[in-house]
Amino acid sequence: MGTVISNERLADNVYHLRVSGDYGGEMGQFYMLRAWGAYPVLSRPLSIHQVEDNGIEFLYHVVGEGTELFAQLTPGDDINLEGPFGSGFPAVTGRVALVGGGIGIAPLLYCAREIPGCDVYLGFSREPFRTEEFRPYAAKLTVDVGGLILDNVDFAEYDHIFVCGPHPMLKAAQLKGIAAATSGSPVNVYLSLENRMACGIGACLVCSVSCKDGQRKACADGPVFLAEEVVFHD
Amino acid sequence: MIKTGDSSSRNTELDLSARIAGVTFKNPIVMASGTFGFGKEYAKFYDVNELGGISGKGLTLQPKAGNQGTRVYETASGMLNSVGLENPGVAAFLDKECAYWETLDTVRIVNLGGNTFEDYVAGAELIQKDADTRGRKAVDMIELNISCPNVKEGGIAFGIRTCDARELVRAVRQATSLPLSVKLSPNAEDIADMALMCQEEGADAVSLINTISGMKIDVRRRRSVFNNLYAGLSGPAIKPIALRMVHQVAQRVEIPVIGMGGISSATDIIEFIMAGAAVIQVGTYNFMNMRAGQDLLRDLRQFMLEENIASLDEIRGII
Ligand SMILES: Cc1cc2nc3c(=O)[nH]c(=O)nc-3n(C[C@H](O)[C@H](O)[C@H](O)COP(=O)(O)OP(=O)(O)OC[C@H]3O[C@@H](n4cnc5c(N)ncnc54)[C@H](O)[C@@H]3O)c2cc1C
Ligand SMILES: Cc1cc2nc3c(=O)[nH]c(=O)nc-3n(C[C@H](O)[C@H](O)[C@H](O)COP(=O)(O)O)c2cc1C
Ligand code: FES
Repeated sequence: MGTVISNERLADNVYHLRVSGDYGGEMGQFYMLRAWGAYPVLSRPLSIHQVEDNGIEFLYHVVGEGTELFAQLTPGDDINLEGPFGSGFPAVTGRVALVGGGIGIAPLLYCAREIPGCDVYLGFSREPFRTEEFRPYAAKLTVDVGGLILDNVDFAEYDHIFVCGPHPMLKAAQLKGIAAATSGSPVNVYLSLENRMACGIGACLVCSVSCKDGQRKACADGPVFLAEEVVFHD
Repeated sequence: MIKTGDSSSRNTELDLSARIAGVTFKNPIVMASGTFGFGKEYAKFYDVNELGGISGKGLTLQPKAGNQGTRVYETASGMLNSVGLENPGVAAFLDKECAYWETLDTVRIVNLGGNTFEDYVAGAELIQKDADTRGRKAVDMIELNISCPNVKEGGIAFGIRTCDARELVRAVRQATSLPLSVKLSPNAEDIADMALMCQEEGADAVSLINTISGMKIDVRRRRSVFNNLYAGLSGPAIKPIALRMVHQVAQRVEIPVIGMGGISSATDIIEFIMAGAAVIQVGTYNFMNMRAGQDLLRDLRQFMLEENIASLDEIRGII
């Protein structure tokens, strides 16, 4: 059980939650959060935004019942955290770009801290948030509002690209990665997927991801996958 | 939560055990198929040997990739799932997962599904052959799943009408000497009739209920959320229905009843036992509490102490 340190509203429906306690984790991993009893039934997966000495931070978008309950948390409240879970972004070297769309920037701040000299691309449909936090770590910081952030990224320039954002953006990143490779600039594109989850630990198979080599679990084998391995059905 | 001193010494005298076809469950808490993998994942959170048993992820003769599209949707106090029996197949289970099961000190139940009559029987034969030839103890019981609502052929097709299921239960009974429970569907035409048929065909127990067929429509996209149209409802929302069905079945059959559906507290367990269940299973509650087994066992003991129940036999089937 963790205790809420702060739960600050950053933009329309976007909140920054800080929880005290001995919580760790690696970049791209997530926690299952629960700030209620029996209802809603399922806990909610949120990516690690930052790990601090005295606690852990999340960045979330209010989209439904569970995240609405998170938004009501005030300092001192109890919150149940289970994790860290999943297999996150790999520790890579070389030319690295981090590309986040909307709330998809959440897991990338931790990556920026861990990967010195990376380029950071952050895209928002409306009001941007948390962009300045990236600046100390980024070699180059690009912020776009209202456009398609991927349009700013030249895939041929990088060895590794980490992408987190809405579903269409992940599919587009996969295609750009393939296009770069076929034109002679192979690049490892890593996608953080957001499948619906129940157990969060690999036991129930509701989060299954179709991959080239068969079904994988988003919660345990992912949420981060090499883009070329994922088979998108829609 | 357990009090020290007097009550903890009484704690050791509590009898939570149950027997089904010669298999002893140390307590009535068994983890339900499809919600607990083969136990390995939850073993990181608590000692799964504390459990009465584990029913593994449903297996079919051939590996299955399961359903495409959305597989889970939350509902009021419940959830719909459309996993579609994704599993590695019986042979891969015997080769890979069974080694882990051999190390466990809890009742290990293979949940066996199928597409066709022949698949079910061949699956049961394979499990029996493995037990015979390797002579190892890794499987204590087979739970025959004739009630999965999430696969197109087979599965539930056998679980609706008693006459369709009879031959299957008979054939699987002949294929294995392992203790056999048949997992029944709440969507059956007459679940008590179905249970009676299982008893007549030599099943050692019946397990109920599997999920209830349900639906969710995405009104903006104007289509069902699930590629398969319908999905299986589980969780606290289904408990009253499950409890009623367990009671109805327990009234009709002599064989033990393994009861489940929405159990999420020690008092829920007590209700199922009072309704006649020998042991119970916990499914969706594992997603609400990762230490479900451990916490339920602690609370169940506490309840027995508070209510002066020394053995669950005192209250089993009293309603
Ligand atoms: C690994 C992972 C990491 C995530 N990290 C973040 C993050 O850092 N910040 C953030 O704002 N969001 C993140 N999400 C998405 C977040 O989990 C959902 O927005 C949230 O669960 C919605 O819950 P709700 O009750 O508000 O919405 P509802 O729509 O009421 O939720 C109903 C059910 O659907 C599930 N669900 C709904 N939307 C999503 C979704 N996009 N992804 C997965 N499950 C969903 C819920 O968990 C719940 O079970 C992440 C998802 C995953 C899988
Ligand atoms: C995600 C999920 C997967 C399931 N898979 C199986 C399965 O493979 N075989 C089976 O017999 N039952 C399966 N079930 C049904 C459960 O074992 C149980 O009968 C049902 O969920 C009711 O119990 P509950 O309300 O405690 O979850 C599954 C249930 C869920 C939620
Ligand atoms: S959420 Fe249960 S296996 Fe991934």
